[in-house]
Amino acid sequence: MALFDIFKDRDRQPEGTASAAKERLKVIVAHERRQRQQPDYLAAMQRDILQVVRKYIPIDYDDVNIQIEQEGQVSVLELNVTLPNEVIER
Amino acid sequence: MDRFNRFNSGETTLTRIIVVTSGKGGVGKTTTSAALSMGLARAGHKTVVIDFDIGLRNLDIIMDCERRVVFDFVNVIQGDARLNQALIRDKRCELLSILPASQTRDKEALTREGVQAILEELSQDHEYIICDSPAGIEGGAMMAMYFADEAIVVTNPEVSSVRDSDRIIGLLQSKSRRAENNEPPIREHLLVTRYDPERVGRGDMLSIEDVEEILASPLIGVIPESESVLRASNQGIPVILDEDSRAGQAYVDVVARLTGEERPLRFTELERKGILQRMFGG
Ligand SMILES: Nc1ncnc2c1ncn2[C@@H]1O[C@H](COP(=O)(O)OP(=O)(O)OP(=O)(O)O)[C@@H](O)[C@H]1O
Ligand SMILES: [Mg+2]
Repeated sequence: MALFDIFKDRDRQPEGTASAAKERLKVIVAHERRQRQQPDYLAAMQRDILQVVRKYIPIDYDDVNIQIEQEGQVSVLELNVTLPNEVIER
Repeated sequence: MDRFNRFNSGETTLTRIIVVTSGKGGVGKTTTSAALSMGLARAGHKTVVIDFDIGLRNLDIIMDCERRVVFDFVNVIQGDARLNQALIRDKRCELLSILPASQTRDKEALTREGVQAILEELSQDHEYIICDSPAGIEGGAMMAMYFADEAIVVTNPEVSSVRDSDRIIGLLQSKSRRAENNEPPIREHLLVTRYDPERVGRGDMLSIEDVEEILASPLIGVIPESESVLRASNQGIPVILDEDSRAGQAYVDVVARLTGEERPLRFTELERKGILQRMFGG
């Protein structure tokens, strides 16, 4: 029914998939830019830490968050490991 | 050594070395390199366009000079030919030359010293050196951008292309000769290609504003999605020579902006279809 399509005006939906694309891009680009500021060995360090923690607790690669922050005169190594809920409840 | 040395003397020359790059493959780098180099030459600037896509040369066929390739980029670097023997003068515009890539599979054939020597020699008598980068972020792409003064970052309005462009911008800012020597950074120009205002209107394609906002790079132009691009490449005619083509006209605008003119964007708005057209499709 082409006639009805005109009135529905599907052609001008504001909520197309492009807005999802934009939101996802903003997140990934911000993440990758932060990563770029970090020294190359950080990824290797993250894997090492992951292996150590995994000896005791099952976690994923994403659960280890590691970065180096510049705070005035000193650099701070910031390490965050998110544990699954079950571990804490035990 | 009395050879001209543009990279170490700190002297500024008039030559602009511009890399056309993207990270992602197939977004329109070679189409853009061919169009801009032809446009600059037709505007009276002595220009050379270099194909850095070693092993996969394509610029020669887009420029219709594939049967005239005798020596190539790698032959010159390895000392088997002089630069003059490898440069191909365009038949349509005598201010334009093409330096073809080789078909060798040895990607390591390009050395930084070799590329530098060639760019120095070309800088002596060219106003513009356009470097058509291969896709990716490996050796060939890094070599194409290393000596650049400016970069045209070719981006399609879709997620993977925008993401790769952001990575390339990061590399331009950190891994180029200018970055390593703490010189003024490579000047970036964002070029959005294959833009389709109708799909943007439908909300299914990122808009120019979206892409600009995410990449935060100054926009030098928008090339619409256009069938004339394929027709042009079929015939070996840079699309900028097709005066009826919207993509060609958009490239003419980009050339003007590169040479300092201000021009409004064209072909970025939805052309409203007539009501009859919408009723009956088409
Ligand atoms: N504005 C456009 N409208 C329609 N098609 C286009 C447009 N720009 C480029 N294309 C098509 O996209 C394809 C890829 O273009 P091109 O070879 O220029 O990309 P590339 O970035 O150089 O690719 P590669 O990464 O393989 O070197 C070609 O088929 C070309 O005709
Ligand atoms: Mg190409």
